[in-house]
Amino acid sequence: MSFPWLTVMLAVPVVVALALAFAPKSISATTVKQIALGTSLVVLVLGIVMAIRFDNNGGMQFTETHDWIKTFGAHYALGVDGLGLSLVLLTVILTPVVILASWNDGDEGRWGPKGFFAWILALEGLAVGVFAATDVFLFYIFFEATLIPIYFLVGGYGGPNRAKAAVKFLLYNLFGGLVMLAAVIALYVESAKATSGPSYLLSDLSHLHVGTDVGRWMFLGFMVAFVVKAPLFPLHTWLADTCEEATPGTSVLLVSVLDKIGSFGMVRFCLVLFPEASRWATPAVVVLAVISIIYGALMAIGSDNIPRLIAYTSVSHFGFIVLGIFVLNSQGLSGANLYMFNHGLSTAALFLIGGFLISRKGTASISRMGGIEKVAPVLAGLFLVSGLATLSLPGLSPFISEFLVIVGAFVYSPWAAAFAVTGIVLAALYILVMYQRMMTGPGPEEIASSPISDLNLREIVSVVPVIALIVLLGFFPKPLLDMLNPGVQHSLVQVGAHDPTPTVPLSGGSGEGGSK
Amino acid sequence: MNAPALMSAPLMHLPPVVDPSATSGVFSLLWLVVALPALGAVVLLLAGKRADAWAHLLGCATVAISFLISLILFFSLLGRGHGDRQVTQHLWTWFSAGHYTVNLDLLYDPLSALFLLLITGVGGIIHVYSIGYMEHDERRRRFFGYLNLFVAAMLVLVLASDYVGLFLGWEGVGLASYLLIGFWQHKPSAAAAAKKAFVINRVGDMGLFLGSALIFVTFGSTSFAAVSASSHQASSGTLTVIGLLLLLGACGKSAQFPLQTWLLDAMEGPTPVSALIHAATMVTAGVYLIVRSNFIFSLSENARTAVIVIGCITLLMGAVIGCAKDDIKKALAGSTMSQIGYMVLAAGLGPAGYAFAIFHLLTHGFFKANMFLGAGSVMHGMDDDVNMRHYGALRKAMPVTFATFAIGYLAILGVPPFAGFWSKDKIIEAAFGQNFVVGLCTLVGAGVTAFYMTRLMLMTFETSKRWEKGMHPHESPKVMTNPLKSLATLSALGGLFLVNGWITTWLTPVVGERVEHSLAVGSIGMSLIALVVVGIGVAVAWQLVGSRPVPRVAPENVSVFTRAARADLYGDAVNDEVVIKPGVAGIRGLGVFDGSVVDGIVQGLAASLTAISVKLRLVQNGFVRSYALAVLAGALIVIFAMLAVNFS
Repeated sequence: MSFPWLTVMLAVPVVVALALAFAPKSISATTVKQIALGTSLVVLVLGIVMAIRFDNNGGMQFTETHDWIKTFGAHYALGVDGLGLSLVLLTVILTPVVILASWNDGDEGRWGPKGFFAWILALEGLAVGVFAATDVFLFYIFFEATLIPIYFLVGGYGGPNRAKAAVKFLLYNLFGGLVMLAAVIALYVESAKATSGPSYLLSDLSHLHVGTDVGRWMFLGFMVAFVVKAPLFPLHTWLADTCEEATPGTSVLLVSVLDKIGSFGMVRFCLVLFPEASRWATPAVVVLAVISIIYGALMAIGSDNIPRLIAYTSVSHFGFIVLGIFVLNSQGLSGANLYMFNHGLSTAALFLIGGFLISRKGTASISRMGGIEKVAPVLAGLFLVSGLATLSLPGLSPFISEFLVIVGAFVYSPWAAAFAVTGIVLAALYILVMYQRMMTGPGPEEIASSPISDLNLREIVSVVPVIALIVLLGFFPKPLLDMLNPGVQHSLVQVGAHDPTPTVPLSGGSGEGGSK
Repeated sequence: MNAPALMSAPLMHLPPVVDPSATSGVFSLLWLVVALPALGAVVLLLAGKRADAWAHLLGCATVAISFLISLILFFSLLGRGHGDRQVTQHLWTWFSAGHYTVNLDLLYDPLSALFLLLITGVGGIIHVYSIGYMEHDERRRRFFGYLNLFVAAMLVLVLASDYVGLFLGWEGVGLASYLLIGFWQHKPSAAAAAKKAFVINRVGDMGLFLGSALIFVTFGSTSFAAVSASSHQASSGTLTVIGLLLLLGACGKSAQFPLQTWLLDAMEGPTPVSALIHAATMVTAGVYLIVRSNFIFSLSENARTAVIVIGCITLLMGAVIGCAKDDIKKALAGSTMSQIGYMVLAAGLGPAGYAFAIFHLLTHGFFKANMFLGAGSVMHGMDDDVNMRHYGALRKAMPVTFATFAIGYLAILGVPPFAGFWSKDKIIEAAFGQNFVVGLCTLVGAGVTAFYMTRLMLMTFETSKRWEKGMHPHESPKVMTNPLKSLATLSALGGLFLVNGWITTWLTPVVGERVEHSLAVGSIGMSLIALVVVGIGVAVAWQLVGSRPVPRVAPENVSVFTRAARADLYGDAVNDEVVIKPGVAGIRGLGVFDGSVVDGIVQGLAASLTAISVKLRLVQNGFVRSYALAVLAGALIVIFAMLAVNFS
């Protein structure tokens, strides 16, 4: 039997998290932090080795399948294709970054640094599980389980209104999850009709034929959960409230990693299991996605609170991701897959650097900032680069994904693209107005009298890898796209979509193509 | 005058196809032209304070070497046969999705060859000038880093072989422009101007985004080679829409109506920036885009008509604004808008005008950079005062600045034999060849140009001293005056491009054969008419400004027209009333809507579920579980509903 890569990647952080949780009180905070960082780095190395061994055209890989609950047809089944691997990589890249950046953020929380870093590691393991699960039942278990660490990270370590925020987070996500549970159970009912007995394995379910109505109901059940998770209008309001209270590191894990479960789920489950329903729902989802793009951006422009603003930019960006998925063509879906990874990086950088500034100023209010560039140029410079990534400047990785999504949207309908493209103007507004208000100008008196310090070495080391990756993938996204594109084609075949041919043939030799 | 008559020129040939051969020999150095300034930018921006001592030298050296390579490449291209002057260098595949692939390839042809010389040549001169101009700025290293970044991005823009690659450079120069307008970002006005420039440019970028998407949908590719090969097969409606979308992009970058308002504010940047980015190179990128896309515009009369209309409006608007400004840089900025209007108009004339658009772009690059740097030299000697009402009689105090500025002045007026005469005259001629009204616009524009430039010259170098107390104007150091002399030489001699119609022949492989129109008055007759109009402009300026004392404070009791021109013809006022105020109010309303209506409805549903669950159950602890149970109940109902549907 081959080495169970994914199980190890899932288990190592969870086991260390448990060990930390039950470690004696005498263990020092520094030791806890070092163990957490070391663990996350080991997992990162595992992830890199996996990426090297991954065969881009090999479909599902690193698979493990064991029977689990035979009567349900549930299996302990893991495996990743390009999309799954890219999100596992995103998780294992961002976890050490968050740990290093949040070095002191757990000190004053309810359970101290021990609890803080234990929950972060637990979250990492569960996130790997959710992106690697190839059994719907197992996916559902991981899906719900990821709520627990976030609930405690927000409720135990957040701002003054953390309790309310944590409950709101849980409320929305449990609602979505339980609606999905209904669909999961219905899926069992459907698969039990098959001669081979019930099975929750994706590989079995993708051949399942369900009636049109039932398929659509089940699609909606999954979709509601995913739309809450990758928040689309009108189910987005929990995100800004949660991010406002959570520590920056928690927000990164929530928005950059866990919210991707929503968009990942749409590709992995909605398109593959319910192709007819996906095509049926496309117009409605596209409209919702376009509304989210504009609505989220407008809300971001109107925000005075840094984490709230970043949360709303994510509502806008998830609009782009979902738009790319549901236009059902190569450009849109490739762009959406790539967007999930790129958005994770740019949003992480924005949350963390914004967090460094908030902890220095003691406030998250943009109107109470000003003139920071003069006293903390490194902080301002890195924040600007992250912001430029968020507004999709070419040369930084999010541009390629956003461009592909808009091209995909144009292929689907020029109107969808025309509305979506206003997002690039609104993004320039929310980022540059925020930068202008926070970083430029003479700034308030108190900055001149007691200037804040620039980033220290630990903070720089924590975010620079993310920025470097954003630049690298901006110019050279090919390795990532090569990993993702075969899966895109596979999904499109599953959902029964075809790319239209260009109106004017590329060969151009016949001379009869146009209507001139 | 109706539209069909406006567009009468029949199309004789299909536009030329972009079909380059792979680079070999000396052309393999092409990538270095971009890589050197890019490397310079990276080093200068990351090196930190230890590089302060030599940063400016490195910044100049990278551009200088790029210029040398550009020269070598230019002469190598010149040595090639007429039909063999397109080469391409494959760098790497940028991205691909489905059948769509975008390569980062460089395309070197007669058009990009001229731009390479302009960007690295004029850019290099301005780099040298900046050594002196920014000498006392503690962040000079960063300034040179940004300048190098700009040069690299501008080179990407003109060397890209694909619309998306062009967009990389397009946004790169936008970023450099943003960083440099806001270079003194402790000044709120500079920070605001930088943001405004970027955001308005983004409005134009929507056009480029959608245009690229439509190009892909139509041709299955966004490379110039593929599009130029099949553009004649596309429907005229599609080509028109593509043309209009590209024009929107060009309006943003080149400050053309209705996206012109950012350029005047952009003068907040250091003056070398105004010379390089907001006069000589970046703002002309829109003209480049149109000329590069000749395989679209040549085939769509409607798109060309739109280009001509935009060009006409802007050339007159900019000229009028230039007449009323007392800030020397803003007067020059109005002039830049106007001159780019000429280029856009010329590009809109199609095969009759492409070459002249580029010709005027080059000569304008020389004489406008010359005058902006001259203005910088004046400001240097006047403690950074920009108000021409505080100048006067500076000719004696700054003889070199005056002499070089005067050559730029003669060039922009179109006085023979200076550069502007040749290029502007050709545009006026071609405009009359197309349509009388369009020709009249260019002629009136020339007269107004003569007025505002003479006004500027008189207020600055002649008339009486109106200096602030204790001001001792002085000539700038050699490191600044030598660049002025080089640019003045170019402004004087730039007309040499036209010897034997060289530039039109040179550009033929890119834009196609030029369509000639013969004028009733003949070429020389047209030149004489233009000179008379210019003379009238000069005389009026002398009458209104030169022959009477200039008040130190701008008079208030002026005509509606002057007031309108001072307010930039109300461009900002319209934006404020139509876009910004309703936008701010809308966003505020949306915030309330999000908090109370959207969140309220969802919360309300949850609360009522809770209430029901509390009633249904006996009292239990734990909010979360009660929510969960309530929602589970709902979920179960859904399941039963589904099973009912299923089994019925």
